[in-house]
Amino acid sequence: MALTLAEKILSRKVGRDVHRGEIIVAPVDLAYSHDANRPMPMELLATFGKEQVWDPARYVLCLDHYPAPTSAVAVAHRQLRDFAERQGVRLLDVGEGISHTTLSERGLASPGDLIVASDSHACTLGAVGAFATGVGSTDLAAVLATGKIWLRVPETLRIECHGSFRDGVTTKDLALHIAREIGVNGANYMALEFGGTAVEALPMHARFTLTNMSIEYGAKTGLVPVDATTLSWLSAHGSARTEAFGPDPDATYARVFEIDLDRLDPIVAAPHSPGLSRAASTFEHVHVDQVVIGTCCNGRLDDLALAARVLKGRKCAAGTRLYVTPGSRQTMAEAAASGVLGVLIEAGATIGTPGCNGCVGGCHWAIPGDDDVVVTTANRNFKGRLGNPKAEMYLASPATAAASAVLGRIADPRELLESRP
Amino acid sequence: MKLRARAHCFGDDINTDYIISSRMKATSLDLDELARHVFEDFDPDFLNRFTPGDAIVAGDNFGCGSSRETAPLVLQRIGVSAVIARSFARIYFRNSINIALPALICDTSGIEDGARLAMDLKAGKVEDLDHGTSLQCEPYPPFMLRILEDGGLAAHIRKHGSYDLEKTDG
Repeated sequence: MALTLAEKILSRKVGRDVHRGEIIVAPVDLAYSHDANRPMPMELLATFGKEQVWDPARYVLCLDHYPAPTSAVAVAHRQLRDFAERQGVRLLDVGEGISHTTLSERGLASPGDLIVASDSHACTLGAVGAFATGVGSTDLAAVLATGKIWLRVPETLRIECHGSFRDGVTTKDLALHIAREIGVNGANYMALEFGGTAVEALPMHARFTLTNMSIEYGAKTGLVPVDATTLSWLSAHGSARTEAFGPDPDATYARVFEIDLDRLDPIVAAPHSPGLSRAASTFEHVHVDQVVIGTCCNGRLDDLALAARVLKGRKCAAGTRLYVTPGSRQTMAEAAASGVLGVLIEAGATIGTPGCNGCVGGCHWAIPGDDDVVVTTANRNFKGRLGNPKAEMYLASPATAAASAVLGRIADPRELLESRP
Repeated sequence: MKLRARAHCFGDDINTDYIISSRMKATSLDLDELARHVFEDFDPDFLNRFTPGDAIVAGDNFGCGSSRETAPLVLQRIGVSAVIARSFARIYFRNSINIALPALICDTSGIEDGARLAMDLKAGKVEDLDHGTSLQCEPYPPFMLRILEDGGLAAHIRKHGSYDLEKTDG
């Protein structure tokens, strides 16, 4: 029977063809935890009767959810650092960047890998053709104890994209469009498989944004076939792979969605759900107090550069604050060297420590006041998520966010982009 | 495993931020402290209406959003006997089973807030005693039922040495 990309990856892990609905136990190539996980991994490892993680080379501890730790978190950070040292595992310390962003930059995710992390946005790494999925602390501890995870092989929902984005329209807008079309539960328990000529033409940063949002539709993972673009990017990031692969041509899917990118406009998701998406221009009456750019959804260099393209030579509107966080130290360095960071600072941006700033209130970054309206490039806008349940968060692309910062209201970025290269 | 409980009804897409806000878990895990904040942003009156042993009844996509295990943990701490939903977000579903908090999948649309329920986990049945109706739940894969019966994933793996899948129907 023909295999979807998800089935193909899992089949290779298990050593025989496996199909949707089967329950398997598979070896894990890479596992990673975060400083936000409670209970903490060392506490849980003990409950599994183990003292040592199964393979220290395959586990990374990431301190990314609290780039500005409180004193209580600082205590936890020290405990995690000590644990990493005792175990001989890699640690991404505060300021290195968001786990998903940074681990991919360092070539730690490879095509065909089974990757498990205790953060729902692990699906981001599916852009390199890895079956990457988020789990809770106990599931992750089970991986640390055994080196394996049990999985139900998911059905696949395929999203076929054709055409190309018009200027000012991005994969973030595509992802928000998908949220509306299939709903926040539309891909529940399924793997998403992205394909079509338009996806083949996407650069890697755009693919990461797409797979990042997969969990917002309930998906188990989001996958992009491995092609020349993937292999070239991997090669530049220290992961030497040469095999392109994708689903079998005659694979069958639970559903197939076809999307014509030419027809997409910049999209904004209204409070309090990614599914409440519609054209950005329909929100142009909404005054904006705060704009947040960054997160594992849109924190890469190209995202910051797009915001800079809108902001160059312009300033934030009076009464509108702009917060920018590069997704990693490397991105921050590249943004500084290329002049992108300077443009953002000149426009009035406050720059944050690389990490999960702008996604969760626990970061103590850009927490809004009562009745504040926030436009953010994050991936979810549930009430209270950014730290204040009395604020309203709108999800948007970096271009839309930047335009909103300039105009002090939600704005279709094409209002400001027309004359710009 | 048989349980009796009173229903607290919620709608669709009850996410883990609503169950327990991220700003609440910055400190090391103190479930008693977290328990005071369950549903705080979403339904501030909930804890006043809740009695230990009650069940949560929901629509689709219960537990969506973040993978935080504190979500089912705090529900378990306040004494939720089970969560019954039309569908669960999968990370939450696994987390709930892993900590041995029963999560049942059935058509909850007819259950009213405050209804008296009788649940039979092994048979996968929920009886609405107020309406005299019986709902059939989606059966667990046998492997998941074993995790629940063993008292959660850690106990299961300690008992069997690894994941015990030998009786699964694949």
